[in-house]
This record gives sequence, structure tokens and C-alpha cells, in this order.
Amino acid sequence: MEYLLKNGYVVDPVNKIDCERMDIAVKDGKIVESVDESKAKVIDVKNMLVMPGGVDLHSHIAGSKVNVGRLFRPEDHYKDYEVKSGVRRSGVGHSVPSTFTTGYRYAILGYTTVFEPATPPLKTLHTHDELNDIPIIDKACFPLFGNNWFVMEYIRDGKLEECAAYIAWLMRSIKGYAIKVVDPGGVEAWKWGITSQDFDQEIPRFGITPREIVRGLVKVNKMLGLPHPVHVHTNQLGIPGNYKTTLKTMDAVKDLATGDRSILHVTHVQFNAYGGVDYLSFSSHADDIADYVNKNPHVTIDIGQVIFGDTTTMTADGPFEYKLFNLLRGKWANADVEVETGAGVVPITYSRSNYVHAVMWCIGLELALLIKDPWRVFITTDHPNGGPFTEYPRVFSWLMSKKARERVLKRIPRLARVRTNLKDIDREYTFYELAISTRAATAKILGLSNKGHLGVGADADIAVYNINPKEVNPSADYKIVMQAFSRAYLTMKDGEIIVKDGEVVAAPVGRTYWVNAKAPKDVEDVVIPEVKKRFEEYYTVKFENYHIPESYLACSAPIQPLEPLG
Amino acid sequence: MAKFTLLTGRSLTQGVGKEEGKFSERYIQEVSTCQIDPEDLKILNLKPGECVRLTTEYGSVVLRVAASTLVHRGCVFVPYGPYSNILIGTKTGGTGMPNFKGIPVEVEPAPGEAVPDIKELLVKTYGRVQ
Amino acid sequence: MKVVSAVVCPCCGNLCDDNEVYVEDNKIVKVRTECAVSSSKFLNYSKERNIKPLVRVESQLKPTTLEDAIERVARMLVEAEYPLLYGWSNTSCEAQKKGIELAEEVGGVIDNTTTVCHGPSILGVQDLGDPSCTLGEVKARADLIVYWGCNPSSAHPRHMKRYSALTKGRFRAPEQRKVVVVDVRKTPTARNATLFIQVKPNQDYELMAALKMLLQNEEIEEQEVAGVPVEQIDELAELMRSCEFGILFFGLGLTMSEGRDRNIDAAITLVRELNKWTKFAIMPMRGHYNVTGANQVLAWQTGYPYAVDFSRGYPRYEPGDTSAVDVLSRGYNDATLVVASDPVANLPKDAVKHLCSKPLAVIDPHMSITAYMADVVIPSAFVGIEAEGTAHRMDGVPLILKKVVEPPEGVLPDVQILDLILKRVRELKRGR
Repeated sequence: MEYLLKNGYVVDPVNKIDCERMDIAVKDGKIVESVDESKAKVIDVKNMLVMPGGVDLHSHIAGSKVNVGRLFRPEDHYKDYEVKSGVRRSGVGHSVPSTFTTGYRYAILGYTTVFEPATPPLKTLHTHDELNDIPIIDKACFPLFGNNWFVMEYIRDGKLEECAAYIAWLMRSIKGYAIKVVDPGGVEAWKWGITSQDFDQEIPRFGITPREIVRGLVKVNKMLGLPHPVHVHTNQLGIPGNYKTTLKTMDAVKDLATGDRSILHVTHVQFNAYGGVDYLSFSSHADDIADYVNKNPHVTIDIGQVIFGDTTTMTADGPFEYKLFNLLRGKWANADVEVETGAGVVPITYSRSNYVHAVMWCIGLELALLIKDPWRVFITTDHPNGGPFTEYPRVFSWLMSKKARERVLKRIPRLARVRTNLKDIDREYTFYELAISTRAATAKILGLSNKGHLGVGADADIAVYNINPKEVNPSADYKIVMQAFSRAYLTMKDGEIIVKDGEVVAAPVGRTYWVNAKAPKDVEDVVIPEVKKRFEEYYTVKFENYHIPESYLACSAPIQPLEPLG
Repeated sequence: MAKFTLLTGRSLTQGVGKEEGKFSERYIQEVSTCQIDPEDLKILNLKPGECVRLTTEYGSVVLRVAASTLVHRGCVFVPYGPYSNILIGTKTGGTGMPNFKGIPVEVEPAPGEAVPDIKELLVKTYGRVQ
Repeated sequence: MKVVSAVVCPCCGNLCDDNEVYVEDNKIVKVRTECAVSSSKFLNYSKERNIKPLVRVESQLKPTTLEDAIERVARMLVEAEYPLLYGWSNTSCEAQKKGIELAEEVGGVIDNTTTVCHGPSILGVQDLGDPSCTLGEVKARADLIVYWGCNPSSAHPRHMKRYSALTKGRFRAPEQRKVVVVDVRKTPTARNATLFIQVKPNQDYELMAALKMLLQNEEIEEQEVAGVPVEQIDELAELMRSCEFGILFFGLGLTMSEGRDRNIDAAITLVRELNKWTKFAIMPMRGHYNVTGANQVLAWQTGYPYAVDFSRGYPRYEPGDTSAVDVLSRGYNDATLVVASDPVANLPKDAVKHLCSKPLAVIDPHMSITAYMADVVIPSAFVGIEAEGTAHRMDGVPLILKKVVEPPEGVLPDVQILDLILKRVRELKRGR
């Protein structure tokens, strides 16, 4: 099938195109130089914004803890449901949508690639099963390593090559994409009831510190040449004063960087940018974090923006969720996973009139606006922790319009307004910067060279928004921005029309990416049998049953590692 | 006639038996036998193997009785199955779950009666003659 | 003869995956397992199975072709206003997905055996949450194991040896663990307990409330609560408070007795409280080998874990209204498809009466009691023996069940049968 999208205003930062009137030619699922206009289907997108499909690198959409959220919050779904219609299966929202609905709603936003950022290896079969049931989007999942017994033991014993071999084996066995670290060491400590783990404090019974875990894993990542940096959720999430831990974590691997390449991605930094000593003195240190990121190219971040309203927090950071439960005293789920990691789920309503929530809301935006390089700061809500992904257009409007921010600032507690910097920030994102932060840069940091741009050879994942960048001033007309980005005029995936005027018209199966990681054979030949031996002792499943066959993925898309560095 | 408390539940033999088949001798034997404490049996004037009639507000069925020291005095335990369900009601109190345990039941010896054959019981209770 | 190792057993929620099955000439001749139920399943599964599609003709079940049986089931579902699709716990996640698609297509209500098993547990979780863990955490760390209202020695035979009291974990040897059993009768499990507490039937809620009070150092004025002397309750409270890692396993003793989901509320509240003093978790002892999977799949595809109604074209969930026993006892449904379950054996009499009074189709490998009463019976392959499939353990750990032998000629796995029915249903609907 050949398509020609004519007359649109194209924003393609990878190819340095900024709202230029251009035609985009699509053939056999790819962007091509040109097509025969007489044969191709011509779609006139005059005066509309044409961008690469959105690439979301951090959104909790699939797996055991997500399903705990769905299961124990029927009230999340009652008022937000989707009727079966045409190609669309029925389903529910709101903050923990069912799988079919998740795919449809992302496509309607013009997103075409979404990665699940945290999966416990032992339960990753479940994660893939849910990913298989999310239509349209391309996806992947990040296995958790920061509290893994094997990893902690190898690092403790200085056996990094063996650690790399273990991680390579695990990554390709369970079809993972990147090394994810959540509250390194802290979740293992929580399994003994300890709820706080300091970055330089020894983890009970393991004799190493989170700092050593993070450094070890960054080195391993380099050895294995994985396409994405180590993806870290730092210790002390949610705790006043935690910005210091975030800075320490970022700085801990600075010496391991080579050149300008980012080697650490720190996620949903909003939750880790707090000052003060308690919730009364709670404050924003987004400026310190932004300052560090501005000066240190080895780090990328995503913001984890808060949206006022009801949502569900869910994370592998079990101890944090326990603390949140004690604050809110509502429902609480905890799911420690043997040998590997944990999880917690707690519903929350972020309230505009709550001082702490209001400061949190400011922090996410401060981070995005104070960090100068849009190639290193990505827009997320850590769905659904900060808010549902369906609210992304609202976040865009806040970033692109000071007026939009002021409307909210007027309604938050005076103290929150006064104690944060947001009110004094004039910067407003352009469409170009928005495209970088939500598509071009995220695709790049994930190592997806065929995504996030509209150059020849790219996957034809395209989003067209009914907004004229030459006529609309996003700063004044932020409501139009919100409306336009909420319902794509056209979403195309692999050269197939998926969304027409905000309605899903096709629901093909997306790819599941994973990295076929490898370590030197002589090391693997020693490590894997060792792991097999300890398996019986540590786990309650057989070694043979841990492996996930490639055929399990509805559409497997293995990726070879990059050339390992050093 | 004595007032007891009915408990229904799983038993190992019922579990093993059901894997053999629901019409297997082992399964049917197990699920048509109720267990009562030996002291209570004495009071009821019953011997193990004899027939007893159990009646709740929902239904009545004749089972064979066995002695068991694992059953609380004043209770009668019947493994889950088509026999025990004759005695169970359908009120779920808005929870979806009927009450399978702790139901008041009347227990009386049933001399001259027999434990119904499973197929007879099904036909008599639910129709659809085979 | 070939040996298949690491075979996952398709019996109970333990989902043990360390069985060895010996196959010769497409027949299982020996199985190396430590469990009587598992052994029975692998060796006896084909004793009372049915391998022919059957249809009821003049009150008798007579053989028919698969095509005819599929046709009848499809017609039954299409012609019904409000069909019930029930069962699902003894089959694969793949088959469960097809069942959901089918229920959505015909606008019926889909429910699984949770509804008469751990439904109240789910209701409790939906009220208060679920402080839990995987079984390997129990193995690694637990020094206090409480079995409340459940009897693993009978219902989950290898539970203690493989996951809890009798296994050696990284941080805990068997002799460092204590077992407490709370039950209305001295079950076989209770015989091996460090402490056995006999609670009066239907009074578990009171006992848990008393425990909570003692944990919080409040005075109990009575001499005994729920038939248990207060000193004994205090003993249990002290054990719970002073352990390093405790786990509360619970079963149908709590979900089925008076109070039902309120009993579970009390249990979850107790565990939440215990986390103030120590690390404590709770876990339901799920019965069928893939009832957990049925909840998981239904939850991720529809948002709700059981009792899902599609009559308005979108998922609705109202236990007490859309749950099988209520649907049946009130006579809401006008046809039933039963898959991998035996409701005639398991549901109360009046529910079964209605079930048998309407068109009834069964897909099952066994000649189950429900199949005996059905209008159409379609034989299926045993998942985990004759067909591959995914299942979820009681703690949510997913495993792939193996195909060890070929099914008999013409006998298909549930997922394929359901797919054929779905295709035919769509054709019939289009034809209108």
C-alpha cells in the first residue's frame, strides 16, 4: 500500500525539519523518497501538523503489578468504559485501562511505540501475555535487576564479567530490552521489613551498597552493548530531601561515561527532586537537578509529571508504596518476587489544594523547562503514577503555554506557588521541542533507529494533528493544542492507517522488541551451569521453565546489541 | 433427630478421586459419605457404614456415615460434591458466594433407606433422564 | 521410552513444575512425583474421559460429529438472549481468552469458579488490597506460617514440602519455622502444627478481631473468643508479632463461612496491622490449577476478575448480580456453556436446577457430572498432558504447561474448539 501525505507541516527534529511544508511518502510500511501519485492513496493534510508517531519510553501498561492495579480497583473502571465496535474490542479505563483499550487510546494520541519499564523476570511471561494483548503499538519491557540476588552477589564478589553473562542470558531468555533498576537494594531490605535504603548504606545480608549496584550495572551495560542506558528509579523515592540521593546517583557513574554518550537514564525524576525534611518543609529542588543535568551530558531523565485527579501508583518500589499506604490508609497491595524484586500498588488522588501535591505538580514542569537540552529530558507521567497517559496533551499545553500554567498556579496553595520557581519561568516549548521530547529523543535513547523520525527508511509510524502551527499560537491557544493532541487526525503505523479523525479503524498486532544479548561464550559456558545449580536453592520453579520461547511473543522483533564499548 | 452444623469441604480422597473421574467408585464413595465424631455417633445410635438422613432448610439427602476424630463435636463433614450440594442454598448476600459451611442441619438415622445411586439422584433432582 | 522432565502438574494451585513423566507409545507409563493427586491425574486421566462429541437425542446422549456439535453450540449461543459461559479454571489462559472473546461476541456473562471459591477473597482485596509475595519468598524467609481455614495436606499436598514449613530456604531451615493451623476441625494439616487453634464454625471474624486487639495491647474482657481461650489467642498474637517474616495462607474456611468477604477483610486488615511490627504477607490457597490465570486474563482484558457481563456491549461487574450462582438461581440466563468445570457437582441444588432446565453445552475432557446432564458435549484435550498452555500459580507466577502425549484422534484442545465455535457464531450473526 502506498500513501502520500500531502501539504502538511512536518516536524522531524532528527532531520532538522521544523514546521516545513512537506510531503511524506509511504510504501510497504516505510517512509520512502517518493511514490507514484497516480497509484498511491493521497491524503491531504494541508495546514496540519505531521510528526513521527509518539515514542513513550516509560509507561506501566503490562504485567503482574499493573494487573493487580486493574483487579483491585474496579471503581477505576465503572465510569470509563469502551463499547465493542467494529474492529475495537470492549474495555475499560481510567488509570489502569484494560489491554485493548490501552492500545487504542495510545494510538488515538498518535503514539505508536510504548515500553513497559519494569518487569520481574520470574513473571515476565505474564508481561508478554499482556503486551501481546495490547494492539497497534510496538512495545518492549525492561527486566528488573537492582535487587536481584545473582546480580548483587556477582557485584559483591567483583565478578562483573560473570554478571554480564548472567544478565545477557536472562535478557534473551525472557525477551527483555534494557537493564532496569528500581530502588537498588532497597526492595531486598524491604523484604525484611526495612523501609528505607540509603545510597551508600550496605544492604542487609549482601554486603554491598546501592552505589556499587548502579556502578556495576552501568559497567555491565557497556560490556553488553545494550541499546538503552541503565534505566534507574533512584533510592528514597517520594521522601522529602531525596534530591540529594538523585544527584549522588547521577554523579556516581560520571567517571564511567565516554564522550557525549548518555550512560544513565534517571526516570520520573519529579518524584526524586524533593527538598525539606518532612512534608511540611517539602520543597522543590528541580533547579539543582536541572543544573546538574545541564552540566552533565552522561545523564538523561524523564519527568514523571503529576496530574491532579484520581490515579493509581504502581512501582517495583515496594517500600515506597508501604510508606504511601501509611500516609493515605486506603488500599495497599504488595508483591515481593523471590530472588529478584518486588512491587506495590496504592491508589491516590492528587489534589490541587494539597500543598505537597501542588509542589509536586510544579516540580515536573520545572524540570522540563529548566533543562535546556530537549534531547535529554522526556515528557512522561510515569503512567499511571503521576496520572493517566491520556492526560499527556494537558502536559503538553502546560509546557507550551505559560498562560496555561498560570491558570493552574492561581488555584494551588499560595505557599506552593511562593516556594517554587515555576511562576517565574517564561520558557514555552515549541512544537519542535515537543517533538524531540516525545518522539525523536526517546527513540534515540532507546536505540530505535527506525523510529522517532520521518526520514527515508524510517518505519512509517506517523501522527497527524489537526492544528496549524503557522496560525495557532500555542502560548495563547493552549486549549486548541490540548484538543488537537488528544485526538490525532490520522495515526499511521507501519504504513497502515490506524486512526482516522480520533477513531481507531484498524488494530494490527504490534512488535515486541527484545535484545538478543550475548556475552563471551567461554564465560557463559561457566556461568549458566552455575546459575542452574543455584536455581533449585533460590527459586520455586525449575531452571528449564524460566525460559520464554520466542514463539510466545505475538510478533517477536529481536534486536542485536550495539558494539560493546571497551 | 439431632441438630448439627454442616461443613462441606475438600478431602484428599475426593481430590484424588475426581482425577479418576466423577463417576469413579472412589469419588462417589467419598462424596456420599459424611463424617461424624465417634462420640456423637454413639449418641445418635449409629454405626459406621450405616445410613443417615441429613436435612437443611434447602434439601434432604441420605448418606452413609463414617466415624472421624477430626470432626468437631456437633459437626458433620461432607466432602464437596453432588450429594452435599443438595443441602446447600443459593443465597449469596450480594457476594456471589453461597454458604457452603456452618449450616444448621438435622441428622437422623435412616434405617431401611439407602444412599441414592448418583445417576438416580441426578435424574430425580434435575430431570433429563438418561 | 522417553522421559519428559520439568513437567508442570495441572491439578491444584501449587502448579508444581518438577514432575517427571515417562512416556511409551504415546501413553504415560510412569510418573515421578511426590503427590498422590498429581500421580492420579497423570496415570488415570483417561479412565473416565469422553472422546466422542455427543448430543442428547430423546433423553439419551448419542455420538455425533464435531462439526454438528460445534454447530449446535454456536446456535445455542447466538439464539440465547443472555447465555452464561462458566468454568474456565481447568484450562489454559489461551482458552480463557477465546472464552472472553466469545462471551463478548454473544453479549453473555462469563464467570469462573472463583465465584464459589475465592470470590470473597477478591472482594476483600478490592476493599483493602493485597499485601503478598511469591511462594519463593516464603521458602526463603518465613519463620511463621499460618494456615487458616485451609487444609493443604488434603487440598494442596506438596505445599508445605515445596514452599513453606518443610522446605529449606536461603535464610531459613525447616527447624527454624513454626506452623500454626486455625480451623474448625483438626485437619490432617493440624496434626503437624506447632500450634493448633480450633475455632468455632462461623466465628473466624471474631477471632481475628480479638487477635488485632491483643496485638494492639488492648484488654479482652471475655475468657474466650470464638471458642478459643484468650491465652491461646495471645500465644498466637505473640508468635505473629515476634516473627521475622510471617505468612497467612487461607482457604475456603474463611470464604465460605458466614461473613465471607468480611472474613477476608478481617484477614487482610490483620496482615496490614502486622506489618507495623514485622514483615507479614497473605495469600489465598487457590484450588484449581489455573483459576488464578482465569482471574488474571479476565482482569487484563476486561478490567474485572470474574462475573463479567457483556450484555450491553462492554464489561460490567457486579458480584451478587452477574455472578453465576445468582444468575442461575434467579433464572437470568437462558443457555449455558460450561468449559473445564463441573458445576452440577459443585453448585447448590437450586442453581443446578435452573442450569439443567435450559440448553446446556459442555466442553470437557471428562465425562463429568455436568456433561452427563448436558445437551451437547464436546470432548477436549487435557491441558498440561495432551495440550500446551499457560497457567498461573496461586501466587501469580506464570508457567507454560507442556504437551506430553498426543490426544486421541479427533480430540482438540479447548482453545481450538472455542475458536471453531467463535468462527461459526460470527458466521451465523452475519447471516442474519
